[in-house]
Amino acid sequence: MATTLAQSPEPRLGAQAVTTMRHYQQQLNRRRIYTVLSIAVFTVILVASLDFANSANSGKFLERLPYLFDFLKTFTPDSPVDIFRAMFDLPSPLADGSLKYDFTSERVYITDNIYIPHFIYQLVITVNIALVSTLVGSTFAFCLCFFASTNLVGAGATRFVVRRTMEVMRAFPEIVVAGLITAILSIGPIAAIVAITIHTVGALGKLFFEVVENADMKADEGLRAVGANWLTRVRFAIVPQVLPNFVSYTLLRAEVNVRASTIIGAVGGGGIGEVFRLAIGRDHAAKAYAIIILLLVTIIAIDQFSAWLRRRLMTDKPLLAAPGAL
Amino acid sequence: MHSTPLIPLADRERIERQYATVLGRSFLQRFGLAIGLAAATVYLALSFVFFNVGPTLMNGQWDRATAYLQDWISWRAQPRLRFEDGKVTPKWTLRGQYPEGAKIDWLQPRTDGGYTVFYGNADNRLEVTTTAVDVIIDGVSYPVTITADAVRAPADRPSAIRQDETKVIVSYGFAGQAEIRGSQVYVQRRFLGWANFFFDTRSAFWGKSFTELAGLAISGERLDPARSNISAMADDFLENHVWQHGDVFGQLAQTLVMAFVGTLFGTVLAFPLAFIAARNITRNRVANWGMKRAFDFLRSVDMLIWALFFTRSFGPGPIPGIASIFFTDSGALGKVYAEAIENVDEKQREGMKSLGASSALVNRFGVVPQVLPVFVSQSLYFFESNIRSATVIGAVGAGGIGLKLLEAMSTNADWDKVAYMVLLILGVVFLFDNISNTLRWKLIGKQGH
Repeated sequence: MATTLAQSPEPRLGAQAVTTMRHYQQQLNRRRIYTVLSIAVFTVILVASLDFANSANSGKFLERLPYLFDFLKTFTPDSPVDIFRAMFDLPSPLADGSLKYDFTSERVYITDNIYIPHFIYQLVITVNIALVSTLVGSTFAFCLCFFASTNLVGAGATRFVVRRTMEVMRAFPEIVVAGLITAILSIGPIAAIVAITIHTVGALGKLFFEVVENADMKADEGLRAVGANWLTRVRFAIVPQVLPNFVSYTLLRAEVNVRASTIIGAVGGGGIGEVFRLAIGRDHAAKAYAIIILLLVTIIAIDQFSAWLRRRLMTDKPLLAAPGAL
Repeated sequence: MHSTPLIPLADRERIERQYATVLGRSFLQRFGLAIGLAAATVYLALSFVFFNVGPTLMNGQWDRATAYLQDWISWRAQPRLRFEDGKVTPKWTLRGQYPEGAKIDWLQPRTDGGYTVFYGNADNRLEVTTTAVDVIIDGVSYPVTITADAVRAPADRPSAIRQDETKVIVSYGFAGQAEIRGSQVYVQRRFLGWANFFFDTRSAFWGKSFTELAGLAISGERLDPARSNISAMADDFLENHVWQHGDVFGQLAQTLVMAFVGTLFGTVLAFPLAFIAARNITRNRVANWGMKRAFDFLRSVDMLIWALFFTRSFGPGPIPGIASIFFTDSGALGKVYAEAIENVDEKQREGMKSLGASSALVNRFGVVPQVLPVFVSQSLYFFESNIRSATVIGAVGAGGIGLKLLEAMSTNADWDKVAYMVLLILGVVFLFDNISNTLRWKLIGKQGH
């Protein structure tokens, strides 16, 4: 018995199993070739991109790298407490009349004695820009999204127009909108609000109509059976189903918009972005760090608050699209 | 009969008990939406006051808005007709829409040394001489007299002619306008389309029709014996000094490179770190917590801060753009990846473990196949949105098409160039949206993340 076992070291496979095995091997090999090929193509593109980036940059990466640490070394406040003085507009003992240590002149007085620190006031502006644009943008997106969904609108032309409008609003560069409005209305938050609102309508509109398309149509059918018109069906069959998801998306969008409004602020929208650009450009280290800390705390607070609200709202239906879609 | 149906008391109680969730809703459920809407309205009204929206809109220069928007789709020729030694000489702006000595059919010299400017047709024109300008609107002539110290329009002028203190302004609507001053006439003539979009006036191909160009490209005589017509055309097109196509394409490529390399590096860094942050893979609370807070930090420091920071240290260009996208995205992607890993089906890992595989193999075959499609589709989403972000952070100083846009807008005279770049950006965004949608669809089917 032992000899028979030793004589057949390979397990014998049936003819069909051999074919299957060979087929599997073939597929595996083909997949490996594809993987190697795509990695090679990727690497070529990456190397070309890096080379292009390095040659297009005004400072070369390796040459400038030591300066990064130099910059970090020089860009430190003279005393750590100065950061907090800058944050709350308290006079600095280092004050020598220059802008760098002048923390007090830009206080925003409400009464004769009570003031809002300059940076906090600018931060309030930035956050308000984000909130206003989220509110207005989500309202428009709410009204538009029903006309873009296949299950509610039969007319292909309407859907096409609404969807393309949303796409253009989403992809239109925000700085152009902001720049155009700045040219007409002069520099101020309205440019930022309009620019972010337009983008919000496009981005939320897309997510909204995808939610609507995934809604359960039984409620709609029920209302249709009792002769309800389109508006009533949307109001009582669709909206209650989709509202929690809509609110979740809007909250996520609000987080994104706070970040967007700081950036737009730096290119002419006002608010904390502009102040930060000036501070870092003029080497005012204490002020720059004060703003970084304020922004970090604000953004984390807003993220946490919106995550908490979303958890409370979370129904059995999870969000369709993941965060990256925003 | 229309009357409220009466329900017996017993039935009523039963129905109320049975459908308590529908009939007996709490205060917040009943009025929550209304209260929320009211609060939002009040907040918007307050913001309206806070942001000074009313007065700002009132003080806006809306007449400029029309001109700027017209500039998007049209171009203006702006010669100055100077009065010199009893003669009228046209002087051109730097944009040079016409070559030297070109014959222009809307601007024709008169026999007495003056010029005639046509605004669309013969009934709307200016007859410019050094002593008087005849403004002809819809066939009616309004002579404007020019003396040494004053420019005077006739008293019976229509609203299209405006008398200013030192000048007379004539408006022909879309066709253009003219400012008549004591020493010169500023003519502004507007035409639909973009002037010299393909070739500037220095090029040998300037002013040729499309059929002529096609003929030259295919079989024509070489205009420049050193190179073929097609390559000469390509060179002239890219070196167009008004539209700067070559430069614009280069800047657009920089923006794309920023988004591509930044997202790719972010993905590569976030991939291993997400395994450390995931509770089910790394059984070490401190490591999980530390990693997740690191992601939060990278994500929450605004892209603007990273961008300005790296621009200061690397100088303007794509490198700070890449670095800022890389830093923000490794945080954001790390968070998303870690969540995806924490939601994997544990059965596959158990299967691998029961075979006695090493932990690397357990992750390779137990986790990666489940999460890879999600990872790739997330990275593709981030890449799409980073093309847009790269445009904006470019404007802050990182370079690329964003900076180019900002430069074009700052002069307030190049809105046609802005429109051109916007079209390019829209095209690129749509192109990459479609590419990544196709890729996503191939990877994970229509629905999913």
